This record gives sequence, C-alpha cells and structure tokens, in this order.
Amino acid sequence: MTISQMIITIILVIAATVLTRFLPYIIFREGKEIPGTVQYLGKVLAPAVFGLLIIYCLRNVNFAAGNHGVPEIISIAAVIALYQIKHDMLVPMAGGTVLYMILIRIM
Amino acid sequence: MATAFMVGARHLFYGISMLSKYRNMGWKKFYLIYTTSDETFSVNYSMDVPENIDRGWTYFWVSFLDQMYWVAGAAIGAVFGSFITIDLDGLDFVMTAMFIVIFLGQWEKDGKRLKAVLIDHVPEFIGIFGSIAALMVFGPDRFIIPAMVIILVLLLAFRKPLEKNMNKKESAT
Repeated sequence: MTISQMIITIILVIAATVLTRFLPYIIFREGKEIPGTVQYLGKVLAPAVFGLLIIYCLRNVNFAAGNHGVPEIISIAAVIALYQIKHDMLVPMAGGTVLYMILIRIM
Repeated sequence: MATAFMVGARHLFYGISMLSKYRNMGWKKFYLIYTTSDETFSVNYSMDVPENIDRGWTYFWVSFLDQMYWVAGAAIGAVFGSFITIDLDGLDFVMTAMFIVIFLGQWEKDGKRLKAVLIDHVPEFIGIFGSIAALMVFGPDRFIIPAMVIILVLLLAFRKPLEKNMNKKESAT
C-alpha cells in the first residue's frame, strides 16, 4: 500500500466510524418527537446489546476442543456469584479475572 | 469502508438507546456521541444519575475519563509494553467480566420478581440467544451484523407484550 492509499483508507474508516455514531442523532433530531417505535427500542435494545457484547467477548472460545471453555464457564460463574455477594463492579471483575488467569494456566 | 461500517454498526444501537438521555446538552452532546465506546455506553446507559446532579456533565466526565484511559493505556502500553516480563495472559478476560457485571445490573433493573422472570427479561434472552445463534451460523468474524438483525427483528416482534409488561411495572412502582 502506498502512503496515499493508507491515508485514504484511514479517512474512509474515520468517516464510517463517525457516521455510525452520529446517524441516529441526525435522523432523530432534538426538538422533534421521537417515534414510538424508536422510543420502545431505546428501552429494550440495551439489555439485548449487553448480551451481544458478552457473546462477542466469548466468540473465540472453543467448546469442542482444548480446554473446552471450562475456565471461561467457571470464571463467569464466579463473576455472577461475586456480584451477588458484593454488588459493585470491581470485586466481581477483579475476582473473576484473577480466577480466569489462574485457571488457564492449570487446565 | 464496508468493514469499518460493519465493525461500528453496533453504535447505531447505542445511539438509539441514548437518544432521550443525551437530549438538551448543548455542545457537550457532540463530544458525547463521538466518544461513545462500548464501556462508555454501558456505564452511561445504566447509571441512575441523582436528581440534583447535572446529567450532562456526569456523562461528559465518564466519556472523557474513559477516553483518557484508552489513550493513556494504549500509549503506556506501546512505550513500556516490551518491558513487562511477567506473563499477563488472560488479563483480557476483564472485559468479559465487565460486560457480565453490566448485564447483571441491567437484569436486576428489569425485574426481580421470580414469577415474572421470563417476561421481564425477554430482551436479555433475545440478546444472548440471538447472538449465539448468529455466532454458530456466521462464525466469530462475521456474526455481529446478523446478530443485530436478529435482535432487532425479535425485539420488534415482541413489542406488544413487552410494552404491556413495561407499563405494568411502571404503574406498580
């Protein structure tokens, strides 16, 4: 790739990124009433997206071979359990991650 | 450009979710939209900002700090990465853990009644199982857009019962 090709590529990537971020706010401008469907989606999309993000983080886990995703499963259970015990972000995240880092070394 | 669009497509969902929360913020809104990342969106969406605190500045500082963490982290990593000799393999699980915690927070917000566990959390189920289905069909590198389509279609299909359930919850509080 030449320098100018790289620059053009970067500009296009920036444009695509900025577009995906601003598009909803451009289409549904302030001052205008947001349509009912979009208001509804605003309430239900987030929980679904959080689920998608979790699966995205786990997308490369191989359940058929290797360690069969057992460290992930155990660590996820630990995060959930720790969250019931201490309802903050730090304890479950740190505890689950430390456990995971140990498990992948011993499994 | 198409790839960048595919990678960034989930931001369309983030934008829709934050439409009402990012209203009436003046110039800050521009910065907030630009810096929305997965974590910034997750935190800002889930936050219950107390009445007497300015929402605009709260969202701003969350977004700003997150952006600084990213920039500083990447810079420090780039400069000092080669000096780190301890094996930090598996540290990236912290991102998975974070989204799980955010997911759990949202789950509890959506309802704690045992009898209504299914209907209260339909969006969560749609998100998880729709994504798994897309992952199995399209593979790890291509499943995000199909997953988003599945999620969108299912959420719209379930609109009537879900809105009814949400109204029920709101009038009960």
